Amino acid sequence: MEKRATFSNLWLAAAFIAPQMLLIFVFFYWPSGEALYWAVTLEPPFGGGNQWVGLQNFMTVFEDPKYWNSVRVSLTFAFSATVLSLAIAALLALFVDRRLPGHQVYKFTFFLPYALAAPAVGLAFRFIFSPDAGFVSVINQAFPGLWNPALNGYDAFTLIVLAQSWKMVGYNFIFFLAALQSIPRTISEAGAMDGASVLRRMWDIQLPLITPTLFFLIVINITDSFVDSFGIVDITTSGGPARATELMVYKIYTDGFQGKDYSLAAAQSIVLMVLVIALTFIQFRFVERRVHYR
Amino acid sequence: MKRLILLATTAVVLASGANAAERTKFEFWYGLTGDLGEVVAKHCQLFNQSQDKYEAVCTGQGGYDKAEQNTIAAYRSKQHPTIVQIYDAGTVNFMLSGAIYPATKFANDYKLDIDWKSYFPGIANYYATSTGEMWSFPYNSSTAVFYWNKEAFAKIGKTEAPKTWAEFGEDLKAMKAAGVPCGFAFDFDSWMDLEQFSATNSIPVATLDNGYGGLGAELAFNKTAFVDHMKDFKSWLDAGYAKIQTKQMGKDVVQAFADGTCAATITSIANHGTVHNTQAKDLKWDVAMMPVIDAAKRTNSMVGGASLWVMEGKSPAEYEAAAAFLKYVTAPDTGEKYIAENTGYIPVTTKGYELLKADGFYKDPKRVNRDIAIASLTASEVTPLSRGIRLGNFTSIRAELRSELEAAFTGQKDMQAAIDSVVERGNQILRRYEQTYKGVALP
Repeated sequence: MEKRATFSNLWLAAAFIAPQMLLIFVFFYWPSGEALYWAVTLEPPFGGGNQWVGLQNFMTVFEDPKYWNSVRVSLTFAFSATVLSLAIAALLALFVDRRLPGHQVYKFTFFLPYALAAPAVGLAFRFIFSPDAGFVSVINQAFPGLWNPALNGYDAFTLIVLAQSWKMVGYNFIFFLAALQSIPRTISEAGAMDGASVLRRMWDIQLPLITPTLFFLIVINITDSFVDSFGIVDITTSGGPARATELMVYKIYTDGFQGKDYSLAAAQSIVLMVLVIALTFIQFRFVERRVHYR
Repeated sequence: MKRLILLATTAVVLASGANAAERTKFEFWYGLTGDLGEVVAKHCQLFNQSQDKYEAVCTGQGGYDKAEQNTIAAYRSKQHPTIVQIYDAGTVNFMLSGAIYPATKFANDYKLDIDWKSYFPGIANYYATSTGEMWSFPYNSSTAVFYWNKEAFAKIGKTEAPKTWAEFGEDLKAMKAAGVPCGFAFDFDSWMDLEQFSATNSIPVATLDNGYGGLGAELAFNKTAFVDHMKDFKSWLDAGYAKIQTKQMGKDVVQAFADGTCAATITSIANHGTVHNTQAKDLKWDVAMMPVIDAAKRTNSMVGGASLWVMEGKSPAEYEAAAAFLKYVTAPDTGEKYIAENTGYIPVTTKGYELLKADGFYKDPKRVNRDIAIASLTASEVTPLSRGIRLGNFTSIRAELRSELEAAFTGQKDMQAAIDSVVERGNQILRRYEQTYKGVALP
């Protein structure tokens, strides 16, 4: 029979989990509840006098084609940034794991971007990629009008995807590297003795063995690109041009904090929350089945 | 070491606390940042040094919109400041908030001897209710003016800025032919493109006198000369006469003008000092009133900037302190002159303006012609259409306009269709605002 440590004193057990429950209540359930209340009422900026309006705010949100545009932009953004940063991070990790000369230095430098706050990343990218004054302006002198995120929506979108991926690469890299280093050397060595090339070993042995990490990182990256991309968008493009980079989270900010329409913003937050929960659920329900934990 | 610093700080705090024990403190929040924020902070210091009864505790909020957001959040938890600096676009929210102590009433109750008549009408009207009572104290005020590069215009034989938009169009064409690479820098800022354009030509932005008549106003600028005005901009852009300059491009209109990239732009008079401090070495430039459609029918331009609001729910002692502060910062010499000397903002009363003129303020080569802003603000009697704009959630309407103009100027949409779409979506925003304040009349 399995041995289990249990608390005979339920009150003591409750006391142990109380601090955590309190934190979750204060920082998640309470604000979410408040947001839900605002989402079904009309809330004047200075408070007081909420009117019950039922689902009107949600209807306003769903009937707005610009809202669906922001959903489309957010999903494309989450997908592109996640794929790009995971691919680059996996590549970097695989090569650092081969202990090439100087791998310690790489390990340290690759992780650095994650230590930067999103607005700082945005500011750096804005300067580097600004069409008139940035480093990239050299390209525009050679080919006028080739790169202009201020006017071209695709360029702007590329810019925020690059910035987000760059920020996440370091984080993903560390996780990949840890996973790779936990694979017993003997397996790779056995492959090598059987004559498998470096690339074949990476593809057939190392990558399949790190799928649990890959899955974890997909969840983290997608969530991060939905909720933490605000700083990058705010500094680089402000959602423009012509809403090409208006992510859901940025639209919530403009409607709520700039427009002071708290009810509309609250309704959108609820939708965003449901969407992120749903995406995570789908990932766990369907993608996780294909993941083999050791 | 840390402990030592802590001890030292505590000692300093205690010591200064002992000194200021008798001073009544009150809080003042401001939105200006950077150099301008420092000017405000210095203003507080000067006030605190000027007397020993009151102490203004001044905190920068990191931006105009942040100042409004933070004040709202603070008010909701009853932690709000006594005085707050709020930008022009926040005026309507504060008027409807029920959270403020109207300026005229405050001045009456606390014996602030303010000559309301002395304010320039363009400024007074902007911050006044529909019955003409001012609910806030104008602090830093500006208006839009035309910046032009004298050398570029000299190439086409002109020594004066264009008076009308048609004339300016001709100038741009001639400058292009004369080899000026960029005649005009513009962006998608509704304040210059729509609001000042409409005010100076006396055409409506919205019905019900641009919203002063009530919350039921509807946007009207898709049927005015504004559409043709934007089409002109587009044709100038397409012909290579003009350039779009935004901060995302790396240079905004002010930078593009100051470094000589573009020969003209329209922006706030508050940037007059910035252009001087950052200009290319030999740039010869001047400011003039914005061009209009018909020079004979020019009306006054609108005021921009921010004003000081007194919040409700404070103790009489704090209000007394606040009153002393307001008296200090709105007086012609300690207030208006200080602001005008240290920033590009303009005096807000005739008394302040006379004082500056008497001091030879505008004779300084760096400030020559800066008072063109006052000429522009007082170009005519204030009409119901040049008075201001009082629309709910106007920040969102400005953002809508920016997005749609971006689409139109990059060729994704027809200009008329784009502006129609702004009006349609803007009206939905106004209706939501009206519904949020159901049963509340606009003061």
